[in-house]
Amino acid sequence: MFGTLETGYGYWSPIIWVITIIVIGIIIYIIWWLGEPTYKKGTEQTKPFLAGMPELSKEAVTVRADNVYWGFKEALKHYYRPMINSHSGVINDYICWFVVVLAIVFIIIWGML
Amino acid sequence: MFENLVMHLPILIIVIPLFGAFAIYLFGKVSDKARNIFAFILLGVTEFLVLVLGKDIYTNGLRVYTLGATSAEMTTPANYIMPVRIILVVDALSIFMGIITVTIAFLIFIFSLKSMKEYSGTDKYYTLMFLLLAGIIGIEFTGDLFNLFVFLEIATIAGAALVAFFTHKAESAEAAFKYVVIGSLSALLVLFAVALFYGQYDALNIGYLGNVMEHSFLDKIAFGVLLTAFAMKAGSVPMHMWKPDAYGEAPGPVAAMLVTASLASMYALLRVCFTLYGRGLNTEVIGWIIAVLGLLSIFVGVSMALIQNNFGRLIGYTAVAEVGFILLAVGVGFAEFSSTGFGFIALQAGLFHILNDALDLGLLFLVSGAVLHATGKRNLNELGGLARNMKYTCIFFILGLCAVAGLPPMNGFASKLMIYESVYQFNPVFSIIAILASIFMLAVFVKVLYSVFLGPELKEFSSVKEVPASMLLVMGVIAVLIIVIGLCPDIFVNWVINPAARALIDYGIYRGMI
Repeated sequence: MFGTLETGYGYWSPIIWVITIIVIGIIIYIIWWLGEPTYKKGTEQTKPFLAGMPELSKEAVTVRADNVYWGFKEALKHYYRPMINSHSGVINDYICWFVVVLAIVFIIIWGML
Repeated sequence: MFENLVMHLPILIIVIPLFGAFAIYLFGKVSDKARNIFAFILLGVTEFLVLVLGKDIYTNGLRVYTLGATSAEMTTPANYIMPVRIILVVDALSIFMGIITVTIAFLIFIFSLKSMKEYSGTDKYYTLMFLLLAGIIGIEFTGDLFNLFVFLEIATIAGAALVAFFTHKAESAEAAFKYVVIGSLSALLVLFAVALFYGQYDALNIGYLGNVMEHSFLDKIAFGVLLTAFAMKAGSVPMHMWKPDAYGEAPGPVAAMLVTASLASMYALLRVCFTLYGRGLNTEVIGWIIAVLGLLSIFVGVSMALIQNNFGRLIGYTAVAEVGFILLAVGVGFAEFSSTGFGFIALQAGLFHILNDALDLGLLFLVSGAVLHATGKRNLNELGGLARNMKYTCIFFILGLCAVAGLPPMNGFASKLMIYESVYQFNPVFSIIAILASIFMLAVFVKVLYSVFLGPELKEFSSVKEVPASMLLVMGVIAVLIIVIGLCPDIFVNWVINPAARALIDYGIYRGMI
């Protein structure tokens, strides 16, 4: 079949995937179309309720890139701390890593002889 | 007449960009327009010639070109027992890499016409770009190890100078210094391996050396040196650290071209493993080494990308992870070394991922270049809300995001699915780690999408405009290629990838031409 890729274990057909997505899209559209008719965009209905507090400007509550995944980074700080330290930016360290890998490869090759 | 032209194509495809590199600078003295037209014609001709050579090789098989011989196919002179001249050998794998390289270079040139226009020193920029292109094609087409070293040096010097393009920034000069140190070290180690071969066999030709190699202790030392040198140039962990430094400071189009240069080092690694040494090595042990380097690259690359806040540097780390996927697949392919079964599918997947990587990472680097062109910034903390004013760039970024994260039906999904399934049969744990890393990759680029394009409009970017049409056109062409390959992966795998993989497994054909 056109577009079907043999992957060794099975196969992948993008055409079937696209058809499936189109069918799912149509179903989603029908569900949306049958949805709540009283919803009015741009009215009080759509404003967030923050315990009666006035809504902050969107610019003030934007999360910047550095804070995205903060919890993830905090949970994995014991992994990230040595990783960041090892990425020192010093070219001498880069060459040291190269020497380490070269030594390991030589040891393995020595074992193969 | 046509056959005569086709016979000379391997050398023409190297010489045209090499000639262009020096001639462009002279045309630049006349006017920028004359220079751009001249460069466009040269690259257009090179693209046409590489496609013609591709058609010839996929139809008639491998092509050899001997420099200075009375006949291009006369690899060994009369009364000689071994080849002594410079020989170019272009098989299905070489031309596969050549087509990728020239196509990406052509697109990057069109992108650069507008994106680099505002900077001074563009004559030198195009000169170095052409020199880099000639170096990369030389690596891919050469049939002997000494010229591999020469072209590696050309590519390294041109690449380092391009990384330092923003000369007013100390970081750029530092990144270029690191690039040139790492590149020169790799090239010198290749030269050391060349000396070991020459001392033993009086020869430098890859095919000839493959035929006569006795797999001595010195040959194994040379293999260790070549493996480590090319793995470092490709950006494998733990020798990857130069890569985010260089990609983070280079202009977007240069970074996209450096991805192709890294993939050329991957090609050299493949050529050494399969064609030069072949089954003479303990393929299982070496395959495991390559696969483990790949796995480390995937994990470290993607996890470090997650915490980056420089657009280019972040893509640089994901480029490390993507090289890891290729190494993982190639390692499994080398360990199995078979023209059937999951080992061969892994090898096909690795080569397919080379094509997809060049396109996906190329598109993402061009998007980063477009954002830099429009806003002058690359720090993700300072960007936001650009989708309002740069909606086409945002769409291209989302397509690149989906492709590099391996979401269906993009090209990245097809090659990654092949990698997961074939690697699973080799070692299920490797496959599971690769799948988890792909999910991480999606998280990395969702962060970029949110930080750069989504969110409220920022005051400082309220007047930002979409990038010029020529830049959008290039990103659009790559996006279309990503979708087309994703929708018809079987065509590319059967017509292009399969012959390239067979060229590696059936190395006797390459060696037999000498």
